[in-house]
Amino acid sequence: MRRFALIAVPYVWLLALFLVPFIIVFKISLSDLALSIPPYTPTMRDGIGDMFAAFDFENFVFLTEDDLYWKAYLSSLRIALISTFMTLLVGYPIAYGMAKAPDEWRATLMMLVILPFWTSFLIRVYAWMGILSNEGLLNQFLLWLGLINEPLVILNTNLAVYIGIIYTYLPFMILPIYAALDRLDESLNEAAEDLGCSRMQAFWLVTIPLSKNGIIAGSFLVFIPALGEFVIPSLLGGSGTLMIGKILWEEFFNNRDWPVASAVAVVLLLILVIPIVLFQRNQQKQAEAEQ
Amino acid sequence: MKRMSWFNVTSLTLGFAFLYLPMIILVIYSFNASKLVTVWAGFSTRWYGELVQNEAFLDAAWVTIKVAVMSSTLATVLGTMAAYVLVRGGRFLGRTLFSGMIYAPLVMPEVITGLSLLLLFIGIGLDRGVLTIVLAHTTFSMCYVSVVVSSRLVTFDRSLEEAALDLGCSGWDAFRLVTLPIIAPAVISGWLLAFTLSLDDLVIASFTSGPSATTLPIKIFSAVRLGVSPEINALSTIMIAIVTVGVITASLVTKRNATRAEADTRAAERAQA
Repeated sequence: MRRFALIAVPYVWLLALFLVPFIIVFKISLSDLALSIPPYTPTMRDGIGDMFAAFDFENFVFLTEDDLYWKAYLSSLRIALISTFMTLLVGYPIAYGMAKAPDEWRATLMMLVILPFWTSFLIRVYAWMGILSNEGLLNQFLLWLGLINEPLVILNTNLAVYIGIIYTYLPFMILPIYAALDRLDESLNEAAEDLGCSRMQAFWLVTIPLSKNGIIAGSFLVFIPALGEFVIPSLLGGSGTLMIGKILWEEFFNNRDWPVASAVAVVLLLILVIPIVLFQRNQQKQAEAEQ
Repeated sequence: MKRMSWFNVTSLTLGFAFLYLPMIILVIYSFNASKLVTVWAGFSTRWYGELVQNEAFLDAAWVTIKVAVMSSTLATVLGTMAAYVLVRGGRFLGRTLFSGMIYAPLVMPEVITGLSLLLLFIGIGLDRGVLTIVLAHTTFSMCYVSVVVSSRLVTFDRSLEEAALDLGCSGWDAFRLVTLPIIAPAVISGWLLAFTLSLDDLVIASFTSGPSATTLPIKIFSAVRLGVSPEINALSTIMIAIVTVGVITASLVTKRNATRAEADTRAAERAQA
């Protein structure tokens, strides 16, 4: 009896507040706008038959017809891919440096990587607004150095979005790579060098392949949340920055078009399923390999 | 001790500069006398003064803390239960669905979670306010708690529990007296994680809050959309200070406990010899 309650309480909670809301989104994505401003019909109360009779794929057809959505999906994918790659380029040397640092520093370095994660995401994005703006510190600095004559326009462009994603998701990239590098046996590199590899070759042929799992895990941990990101494109991006999270928000809050917002959500989820399943598989394979 | 190559020193220095400079600049400019955030006009604590008098911010801060305390406590209870079920529950009907529902919210984009919960609340006619934000926050943060707690439960020596049961404890007593003290660090870090996630959340709170309840991130977001303001810098500085003190204290406590445990083990070994 007690066991039943132990299972039932969290189970019912998640069913009611995770699964059911999801089904509602799915349902509304199939209904019509005219009916769907609250109270959107058909509701459950009108009977299941009516409900299904009014279902159609109009909203999904609409998504394919209006090229705004296509562009937003593609541009979200592109922004997430590019920024994941850039985060890897920035994060790998840091993780590598941490793994090579003296033992007594490591705990402190680790804490320094994790600390920003506990700080408000919103504040970390906001911090860049003052730096990247036309009169911002970065432009002041570059002007002072004499590298540029006119301030660069960075804020409200895609470049600012990349910087924002790299900055906020960097710890997610560093930690798994560091974990992989930390386990690496130094003598393998020495062996490679003894056998005639240069240091650089040893790095490419030994270190990188052996830290592959960390790289893959880190990349997924950045790519998946970056794809549905809302805060970064709306604060750092411009009107030209199309990201699907932002579109969904605007569709819902500004246009009040709930069925289309729901359809956008369903498609976003379908796009996310692929990387999530790949990530899960990779994690499982790794867990099996360790056993 | 091996020496680090110049390359590693450079990458660490640049990396940590990149991670910390933006926040340091943010803090410095919160003490700027000028309204213009980009021009330094001398030291002043003026913006902190204005912040303390800004009732809208204070109200929002209060709502945020209330929501965070309630949702993280509820999430810790539910998340610990869920972790226990996943690790110790054995087989039951719908186990795969259950573990799926635990892991899915971790990767779900916030816009989707927020939208779906809002549609549910409207569907069942629940007025949006503090209650709906607490429900929403509990739902996604209980999953984080359960991941943290179950990773501790997996490494936990089950025979300790069995010993307690053999010695006449009831199941609940064995949990309370043996299991809970051992997994307590994970439960506490789960609570802290849930608390931080709730404090931090903008997107889900925006969807699920009503006019009667505005949280601090919602307030900050709408102020920041209009541009940079020194008052927000002051507010951010206070939040950064609280987090820094909290994290450093937590790590010192963990370190002290670890040294103490080590000393205990050594003392025990000496006593045995």
